[in-house]
Amino acid sequence: MTIAAPLLSVTGLKKTFDLSRPFLNRMIEGGGRRYVHAVDGIDFAIEAGTTLSLVGESGCGKSTVAKLLMGLTRPSSGSIRFDGHELAGHAAGEPPEIRRRMQMIFQDPYASLNPRWRVARIIGEPMKSFGTHPDPVARRREVDRLLEFVGLSAGDGEKFPHEFSGGQRQRISIARAISTKPEFLVCDEPTSALDVSVQAQILNLMRELQRELGLTYLFISHDLAVVNYISDVIGVMYLGRLVELAPADELFANPQHPYTRLLLDTVPDISMAHRDLERPAGEVPNPVTPPSGCHFNPRCPLANDRCRSETPGFLTRGAARVRCHAVEEGRQHAPFLRKAG
Amino acid sequence: MTLLSVENLTVAFPGRRGTVNAIENVSLSISPGEILGMVGESGAGKSMTGAAIIGLIEPPGRIAEGRILLDGQRIDTLRPEEMRRIRGRQIGAIFQDPLTSLNPVLTVGEQLIETIQTHLKLSHSEARERAIDWLRRVGIPAPEARIDTYPHQYSGGMRQRVVIALALCAEPRLVIADEPTTALDVSVQAQIIALLRRLARETGVAVILVTHDMGVIAETADRVAVMYAGRIVEIGQVADVLKNPRHPYTSGLMASIPRIGPRPEVLPQIEGAMPRPGNRPEGCAFAPRCPHPVERCTRVRPALEGTATASVACHLTEEVPA
Ligand SMILES: Nc1ncnc2c1ncn2[C@@H]1O[C@H](COP(=O)(O)OP(=O)(O)OP(=O)(O)O)[C@@H](O)[C@H]1O
Ligand SMILES: Nc1ncnc2c1ncn2[C@@H]1O[C@H](COP(=O)(O)OP(=O)(O)OP(=O)(O)O)[C@@H](O)[C@H]1O
Ligand code: SF4
Ligand SMILES: [Mg+2]
Ligand SMILES: [Mg+2]
Repeated sequence: MTIAAPLLSVTGLKKTFDLSRPFLNRMIEGGGRRYVHAVDGIDFAIEAGTTLSLVGESGCGKSTVAKLLMGLTRPSSGSIRFDGHELAGHAAGEPPEIRRRMQMIFQDPYASLNPRWRVARIIGEPMKSFGTHPDPVARRREVDRLLEFVGLSAGDGEKFPHEFSGGQRQRISIARAISTKPEFLVCDEPTSALDVSVQAQILNLMRELQRELGLTYLFISHDLAVVNYISDVIGVMYLGRLVELAPADELFANPQHPYTRLLLDTVPDISMAHRDLERPAGEVPNPVTPPSGCHFNPRCPLANDRCRSETPGFLTRGAARVRCHAVEEGRQHAPFLRKAG
Repeated sequence: MTLLSVENLTVAFPGRRGTVNAIENVSLSISPGEILGMVGESGAGKSMTGAAIIGLIEPPGRIAEGRILLDGQRIDTLRPEEMRRIRGRQIGAIFQDPLTSLNPVLTVGEQLIETIQTHLKLSHSEARERAIDWLRRVGIPAPEARIDTYPHQYSGGMRQRVVIALALCAEPRLVIADEPTTALDVSVQAQIIALLRRLARETGVAVILVTHDMGVIAETADRVAVMYAGRIVEIGQVADVLKNPRHPYTSGLMASIPRIGPRPEVLPQIEGAMPRPGNRPEGCAFAPRCPHPVERCTRVRPALEGTATASVACHLTEEVPA
């Protein structure tokens, strides 16, 4: 890894949602304030031209991080720096000269395209609103080029989204996202709604775009095998916190955090028929009342009293950073799985 | 011993340009205690096959051809009220979204007890005992306390387990589980997979497990049927099909799945897209995407052929003895 300044860096990023009922109802009906610490103090940096992926269970805060980076929701605290500019506190689209350089691809290729617009208008919209191609003729020419670039044909610009399959719609989303020549793409589960064969086409396209255009990705997925294919660095999230951050090879070869190990062990795998997976997984805890200390302690086979009271800080282990008392103390990992008899 | 057999089933829908077949000539069978996986791309016909078996094809769709036999008795020709009795008692269903299968205003216990009493001759207190027992079997902690609470008081994974208990509590002999774990996290999914396997082993219930996740199939199913464009293109023992796929679509599918381990520069991909019903080519529906089609592929639709345990619908494999 290079020592160049990262394209994007995030420090102490927090987002707390207030779930309390309105003040007056609380006065009348009682009950205190309730918060979700959706993102609870996260730090990472992404080098230009590389991919950092976030993985973790549903509700751990991955999409909230994506929205914070894109300015779609404002951080409660912390900093987001893009190419030296502080973005925390700015609204979506602000400042435009920076926002043009950042785009997002959403999970659902059905919901994220305006069904009443023709594809050419959908793809051309960011070029129009950011003023990169004010001339309609030049813009249309660029749309046609983009359509072909993502594996569709220029004539497809005249069609409506419903005339396309899921995979083709995701190609349209990608064409729209790269239309303003962004350097940075946030991809929130871009292939989760797609079949595996279509997923392979989209993942290959994303890698190709990265090679050709030098794009930098923040990639979000719950599929570790997908993440393995696309990432340089992987961050594992658990209940709003990053519990492990490591180069992809390192994370898979030598997972440190007990939660990372649980995730790796429970991925259904085509080569591991009929494992006995029933025992260890446990329930995903409630993010409104997270466990004290290390959030993972109720599910962790290595948890001790310290884990239940003290939040672990980041330790450096080789190229990895990890938050776990057991790793710090050198306590042994118990195997998570028994093979079926 | 065969519990269910589906023979040459075709489901047709009237379309703007004539009828289109959502599924075509689908044949399969399943024995007690067996888990049969069904995989294939979105729109391949997996849910439609399940819906036909439980008699829930929505008009104007209809079974245009073929038969469905449960214990050797035809069930596709039953009247709706007779089919309703079979549904639940003989054949249970688990659908993808746990919330739509549960009634939010009834406690979990009320729903289980009602289902049990509808199908089994048991008193209320016996049914309640049975309900608690089912909650325990599907892995709900402290079921005596939980039984009187409402679905929203359960986590997503626990609700999905309640749906499974609901499908199983009338002791059906066949369960159709349509993407039962898609909405769940991997760690919870692993628990559900193990539960289905244990129940099949312990109670002899047969399960048709629909999913697009090959990993889930590998870890759960005994046999797997691969569907493409409304047809079964390959069916066989899981280990055989996954390790030595014979249909070019199955091979392509297996190759395109990212793996944990060394990373290829480019993932193998199948070019193009699956044709929609009404747009399927004349010969093999996979021919336009097939890496090595022969002349016959574009003219003649290959039949699903082979032994009782391994069949494939591909002209290339026809000459190879199974
Ligand atoms: N607008 C909001 N108001 C209140 N709570 C919210 C809001 N958005 C997200 N949350 C909560 O914040 C937490 C993190 O949600 P987020 O969508 O970031 O999770 P995720 O990791 O993307 O999950 P998934 O894999 O299911 O998409 C969850 O507990 C969620 O309920
Ligand atoms: N009501 C309907 N009218 C006409 N065609 C239909 C209808 N319902 C489904 N189909 C068609 O039948 C085919 C099979 O659909 P089915 O729902 O069985 O697919 P599936 O394999 O379950 O896909 P998925 O993975 O998306 O659930 C599809 O091509 C679909 O378009
Ligand atoms: S800090 Fe303790 S509870 Fe948390 S993961 Fe490490 S050992 Fe487990
Ligand atoms: Mg999300
Ligand atoms: Mg379906």
